[in-house]
This record gives sequence, structure tokens and C-alpha cells, in this order.
Amino acid sequence: MRPFTYERPTDARTAVSAVSRSGAKFISGGTNLLDLMKLDIEHPSHLIDISRLPMRDIEELPDGGLRIGAQAVNSDVAADDRVRTRYPVLSQALVSGASGQLRNKASTGGNLLQRTRCPYFYDTAAGCNKRDPGSGCSAIGGFNRIHAVLGASDACIATHPSDMAVAMTALEAEIELLDAEGSVRRVVITDFYRLPGDTPHLETVLRPGELITGVILPPPPPGRQLYRKVRDRASYEFALVSVAAVVSTERGMISEARVAFGGVAHKPWRSFEAEAALIGRPAEMATYRDAARAAMRDAVGQGHNDFKIELARRTLCRTLAQAARSS
Amino acid sequence: MSEPDTGGGERQAGAAPLSAVELRVNDQVRRLELDPRTSLLDALREHLRLSGTKKGCDHGQCGACTVLVNGRRINSCLTLAVMHEGDEVVTIEGLGAPDDLHPMQRAFVECDGFQCGYCTPGQICSAVGMLAEVRAGSPSHATAEVASSRISLTDEEIRERMSGNICRCAAYPNIVAAIRGIAEGGAA
Ligand SMILES: Cc1cc2nc3c(=O)[nH]c(=O)nc-3n(C[C@H](O)[C@H](O)[C@H](O)COP(=O)(O)OP(=O)(O)OC[C@H]3O[C@@H](n4cnc5c(N)ncnc54)[C@H](O)[C@@H]3O)c2cc1C
Ligand code: SF4
Ligand code: FES
Ligand code: FES
Repeated sequence: MRPFTYERPTDARTAVSAVSRSGAKFISGGTNLLDLMKLDIEHPSHLIDISRLPMRDIEELPDGGLRIGAQAVNSDVAADDRVRTRYPVLSQALVSGASGQLRNKASTGGNLLQRTRCPYFYDTAAGCNKRDPGSGCSAIGGFNRIHAVLGASDACIATHPSDMAVAMTALEAEIELLDAEGSVRRVVITDFYRLPGDTPHLETVLRPGELITGVILPPPPPGRQLYRKVRDRASYEFALVSVAAVVSTERGMISEARVAFGGVAHKPWRSFEAEAALIGRPAEMATYRDAARAAMRDAVGQGHNDFKIELARRTLCRTLAQAARSS
Repeated sequence: MSEPDTGGGERQAGAAPLSAVELRVNDQVRRLELDPRTSLLDALREHLRLSGTKKGCDHGQCGACTVLVNGRRINSCLTLAVMHEGDEVVTIEGLGAPDDLHPMQRAFVECDGFQCGYCTPGQICSAVGMLAEVRAGSPSHATAEVASSRISLTDEEIRERMSGNICRCAAYPNIVAAIRGIAEGGAA
């Protein structure tokens, strides 16, 4: 690991002014950043430890929503009674990710910003536009079983690995950001992440020096919430495909629906196409199949990952059927 | 297995200045001067000579390095020692000694919960942390209804909650038996 200097500010304002220094980076739980620093994929020269900033609380909002502090760790968010009862899809997504040990460290802000698990991104001997812009994409034409089928580009076909962010996408969460001038802005999660385009090294709209201070959950949408994750082993494994769904039915008809996929794109993938195919239709398998077809209409396989398109369709159908049955 | 980043005081060219850190390890205050790159795992093994905690992958993928920090289990390989100023760290050496085993250690011995033993300190620290999580009502991926705070610690729950600890000898059935015994006995 390359040398770096270390500081631990005690308030968020000091943290954002410290990060303006060249080569500086925030460290929170460290479970992704340190992994990447050991492999020389990230090499900050200065680390600003934000893990003790007073941003750990989960607070009620007047409109019935919740505000999750950026430092709240994944296991605390998953175990919070308000999250479990009002946003169960978020608890389910969190406990499906990583391991008990990692969830005790992984922060809400760090989870949002974790980097892809593309093996070529991790292999400094391989060309990778995300790690080293302009060096090519080794996954196109290479081993691409875990890669994207939606929204990919000729420059990058990586996926975003977070489970938490998929549930937050279905819940229409907003990310709260603080900059060095002290101004706060909020970005809806679907606008927070970018598609790879020609600049896969840019993954979010976070501006240099901005700190994530929290995540706002709007009041829970009506209906039953469900997260389903499909992976190569039963636990402690990233998703091949996952679905976060919220379905509300009235007299057998779907009145409201939210659908987000994980493991299929450079960002958690909200499928407005699937939602449009569900709303106002009977809660039955034929409807779910139409929604699944609509969701994957523009999907393109890369060879090894072709199976993901059918897997995503089937996972969506099964998740919707289970959610509608109990809503 | 990778080398310690900053083993036994050896300094690399261009290294950052040393940082002072005070940890409370197994009930003792330990003051260290460390290269900021030192992981908590390397601080324990290389600087404090507490080699019970093991380095398997050094990347958060195996759980061999599991210790308890402020009562919660974490992977000590993916955190910096300097980030733990003032923290309470418990390693396998702090849980019990050969002549005074912790109930979880005794259960692993009695149930034959290991073969080579390399993953065992991490398994035991993890199991102790895991049972505290269960007592606090934390849900897991094996919990059918996350909203319900009543958890029945089935084998499926134990396996899911312990999935962050890999055992290359595949002693899993006996590890589960050891933990189940302790959970049912109410100790640990
Ligand atoms: C073996 C293994 C298995 C895993 N499996 C899964 C899985 O199945 N599902 C899943 O979703 N995840 C999984 N993870 C990833 C894990 O969830 C992330 O590593 C974790 O969420 C990152 O959080 P952190 O606080 O440790 O971030 P850090 O590593 O501290 O930071 C990550 C990045 O975010 C930046 N950052 C952190 N906080 C802020 C902030 N508040 N504002 C601005 N920037 C910030 C840092 O500068 C850094 O660039 C796994 C990880 C490992 C090692
Ligand atoms: S898919 Fe993206 S991350 Fe993977 S090699 Fe190509 S450019 Fe790099
Ligand atoms: S050594 Fe830390 S998880 Fe493997
Ligand atoms: S006993 Fe050998 S690795 Fe677990």
C-alpha cells in the first residue's frame, strides 16, 4: 500500500474543507476503500476519517419519512424497527449483502459509493476504462458473466454491486450532500448514479469534495415490499440479479408498483417500463410476464452474461407473484 | 497469503510519519506508534504479538481475522488501527485462556468444531458477536419476516449468520453444533 497521511475531523464542515486537498479521500468503514488501496487501484495520499462524525442517527421526518445518517452502519439500519416495519425491502436488501462482520462496519454513504466487482477493474495488468480511462475494456470480449445487460456502453459494461441501493431506488430515496461552501443539496437516487457512456470512471453526480451526509426515505409507498437476490452461493456473495419490488393491489388489480433491478446495469436500475406494464392490470402471471418482457426489451447480452436477461425476467415474475399474493 | 503491510516496525521509503494510537486490547491499554497504513489485524499480530487472530485473505473474504470491537464483530484486516483510538478490542486471547476457556471455546473443543484450526479464532469471535446480535433481535437473510423481532435460532439461521467465516476444512456441521449448544444453554 502506498503511504498516506491521516486525519480525523470531528465535524462535517471540517471534513469537507479538508478533502479539497489534492489526493485526499474520505474513509468511512474502509471495507471497500482499503481493499482497493491494498491492490493499488485506489491510491489516496491523504485519508480523512469520517467514521466518527455525528451522522449515525436514523430520524423520523415530519412527513412520515425517515432520514438515515450517512454513518449509520448497514447492520444498524437493517435492525432499526422503523426500517423493518415501514421499509422492509431495505432491511431485506441489507441483510442479503456481504457478511455480519462487514455489515457492522459498512456505512450507508460508503455502501452507495462502493465500486464495481468487475475482475478486470481489480486486475491492474488488464485494460480498464474505469480504472485507467482510455485503456480499453477487457470485459468486452473477455469473461463477462457478471456484467451488465442494460444501459452499458462500448467503454464499460460493469455493474453496480450494492444491494442496499437497489432497495433505496425502489423507495425513491434522496441522497443529501454537503459541499465545502457549506451548502446542502439533495439528489434523487435515480439521478445520483450515471450510466457509463464514454466516462465510466465517473459513477455518480457527486462533485469533488462533496460529502454524503444522509439518505432521505420518503413516506413508504403503499403495498407489499420485497427484495429477492439470486447469486452463485447461498450467502456472502454479490447478486447476479436482484429485484426490489413494491406492489399494491385493489380487488385483484395492481394499483401501484415500483420495480428496481440490481446486477444488471452500471447503476441500480429502476424499471419504469415494468411499472407501466403493471399498473391497472390484473395481479396475475400474464401481467408479470408482460412487465418482465417490457423491463428487458432493450437488454443486450455480452456472451457469458446472456443468461441474466432470462434470469432477470423470471426473478421479477416470482418476486411480483409473491408480493401481490400477500399485499 | 499476503505479507503484513508494515510488519514488525520495518519502514518503507517515503512512509508517512508515525501516528500514535491507544487501544484497549483484552482489557489492557496499549499505546502504539504506527504507520497509518497498519491494519488493525497487523497491529494485533505484528506489533502486539497477539497472533491468535489469523490472516487468511486480507480482503474481507474469509473471516479468519474476526475480532470484537466495542462488542461487535468486524474483520480486522479491512480497518486501520489508527481509526480505533480508544476502542475496546477483544481477540481470541481475551475471550479465554487454555486453563480458563470461554464457553464458546469449550464448545468448539467438545463438538470437534475444527480440523486444522486456522479459521477457529475467527469463528469463535464471530460466534460470540453473532449471539449478541441475536439477543439484540437483529434480523438476518434467513429470517422469514424481517419485521418480527422474535428469532428462533435454527441451523439455517446459524449458517446464514456465520457465512462470513469460511472453513477450508469444512468443519461446518460441528461448528453449527457447537454454537447451537451454547445458544440453547444460554451461556456466552
Ligand atoms: C467480501 C465482501 C463481500 C461483499 N458483499 C456485498 C454484497 O453482497 N452486497 C453489497 O451490497 N455489498 C457487498 N460488499 C460491499 C460492502 O457493502 C461495501 O464495502 C461497504 O458498503 C462500503 O462501505 P464503507 O463504509 O466500508 O465504505 P468505505 O470503504 O469507507 O468507502 C467507500 C467509498 O465511499 C467514499 N465514502 C464513504 N463514505 C462517504 C461519504 N459519507 N461521503 C462521501 N464519500 C464517502 C470513500 O471515499 C470511498 O471512496 C462486500 C464487501 C466485501 C469485502
Ligand atoms: S467493464 Fe468497466 S470496469 Fe470492467 S474492464 Fe470494462 S471498463 Fe473496466
Ligand atoms: S483475513 Fe480478514 S477476512 Fe480474510
Ligand atoms: S478448521 Fe481448518 S479452516 Fe476451519
